[in-house]
Amino acid sequence: MLQGIAFYFFSAVMIASALMVIAARNPVHSVLFLILAFFNAAALFVLLGAEFLAMILIVVYVGAVAVLFLFVVMMLDIDFVELRRGFMNYLPLGAVIGGLIFFELAFVMFVWTADPGAPLRPTPAGVTNTEALGRILYTDYIFYFQTAGLILLVAMIGAIVLTLRHRPDVRRQSISRQNARQPADAIEMRDVKPGQGS
Amino acid sequence: MVFIQLLQSLGLPYEAAWLLSQVLIITIMISVLLVIVAFVLLADRKIFAAVQLRRGPNVVGIFGLLQSFADLIKFLVKEVIIPSGANKGVFLLAPLVSAITALSTWAVVPLDDGWVVADINVGILYIFALSSLGVYGIIMGGWASNSKYAFLGGLRSAAQMISYEVSIGFVLITVLLYAGSLNLSEVVNAQRDGWFAFSFLFPTFVIFFISAIAETNRPPFDLPEAESELVAGYMVEYSSTPFLLFFLAEFVNIMLMSAMCAILFFGGWLPPLDIWPLNAVPGVLWLFAKICFFFFLMAMVRSIVPRYRYDQLMRLGWKVFLPISLLWVVLTAGYLLASGRVPL
Repeated sequence: MLQGIAFYFFSAVMIASALMVIAARNPVHSVLFLILAFFNAAALFVLLGAEFLAMILIVVYVGAVAVLFLFVVMMLDIDFVELRRGFMNYLPLGAVIGGLIFFELAFVMFVWTADPGAPLRPTPAGVTNTEALGRILYTDYIFYFQTAGLILLVAMIGAIVLTLRHRPDVRRQSISRQNARQPADAIEMRDVKPGQGS
Repeated sequence: MVFIQLLQSLGLPYEAAWLLSQVLIITIMISVLLVIVAFVLLADRKIFAAVQLRRGPNVVGIFGLLQSFADLIKFLVKEVIIPSGANKGVFLLAPLVSAITALSTWAVVPLDDGWVVADINVGILYIFALSSLGVYGIIMGGWASNSKYAFLGGLRSAAQMISYEVSIGFVLITVLLYAGSLNLSEVVNAQRDGWFAFSFLFPTFVIFFISAIAETNRPPFDLPEAESELVAGYMVEYSSTPFLLFFLAEFVNIMLMSAMCAILFFGGWLPPLDIWPLNAVPGVLWLFAKICFFFFLMAMVRSIVPRYRYDQLMRLGWKVFLPISLLWVVLTAGYLLASGRVPL
């Protein structure tokens, strides 16, 4: 019974916060509601018994991706009047895309049925979640996993290349050179006689 | 467990008994934790004062023992000031997020063999996830205050915590390679034959300790609240109880990081040697002593080391700790495989 209550609670909060993501007027509030939705999704994963996925969802999406989202949104200076102006122009296109996605979701929901022989628990007995996922990823699907890693690597190098600028006019700090400096290199002691120094 | 049996003997159904006993255990744990935090706060100020040849708080109670409680009452009865330009909801939510995430992290910390509120399989990941959630309290507070200082402090703090979380993540991976489990109790049990700090993992312990100081925004990494530049950073507009909650969250997190040092590298509740006078002491006391030791180290670092500049902080996180910890993940895996000691 407790699980049922928890399920309906988390689902209700998740749907409400997902609605608020598009309904909120302040974009920062939107991102915060998005984080709440992620969080509740993680809670639903825990209820399913997929605790590893739940934690990864929070670490990756909430802990890293959404923080960067929030950074960008906070820095933006958004003019609401400007934002509302093009609304009518974009409405037909938005409605078509929204309708298409809704149709696809509804199609999947009514056509697809779960395999009646599929196990209810996501992991085989006696193996923890983390182990089961690791075995599948690193034995059965190792090449797909490596390919995904390579794609991410390419994306990362691309981002670095796009943002890297060599600016010769900027003075940079070289920590090792600074640490290697001795007092004798920087300071010279002069014995100045009274009345003779210039 | 004891509570559940007690409540079930009173005629309650299992689920109700479970719920009640969990609530009881959590209440007891939080109250004990908060009382300890009050004294830890005092100890922090006393150590800081002793390094500077001062006496520190010594007026309220003998040796100033009741100082923290006096401060608590002061914070509670002061007026809550909300800046007129602030975003009220987010402004008041931010300290709550900080305090709740800090306190709920303690749910998976094993205090002794079996003394843990939630003995989940992914304990390390849970702590990692919740400590990454703690960033939100700071960003939200910095943004909602609608002040330049607070906003800059919040941004700095978020960037800092994200940077150091990466190397903490790799350090945690080396530990779980050694222990073969993400469950914190099993991590401690894997150290029965020798603490992880006195093995191949010693360099990662050093990285973890320094990153833990950076993660909790303590000096020398207290740039978010650097008083010489940002007044008090994200906390600048806060007063009274919301300020108290931020402060509390910071100290609960410091305690947690000390506890994590003890659990991941120094054998948690285990005595240093499994011989008679040592193993007769309850495990909770061993853990507490270890937490106190690491807290003392952090307090000494705070009072001795000067503050880092921001670019130096980022350099240390990304150019020193990240490569070393990544390299150590590879080396640890190779070492375990070569010596045939892979757990599982």
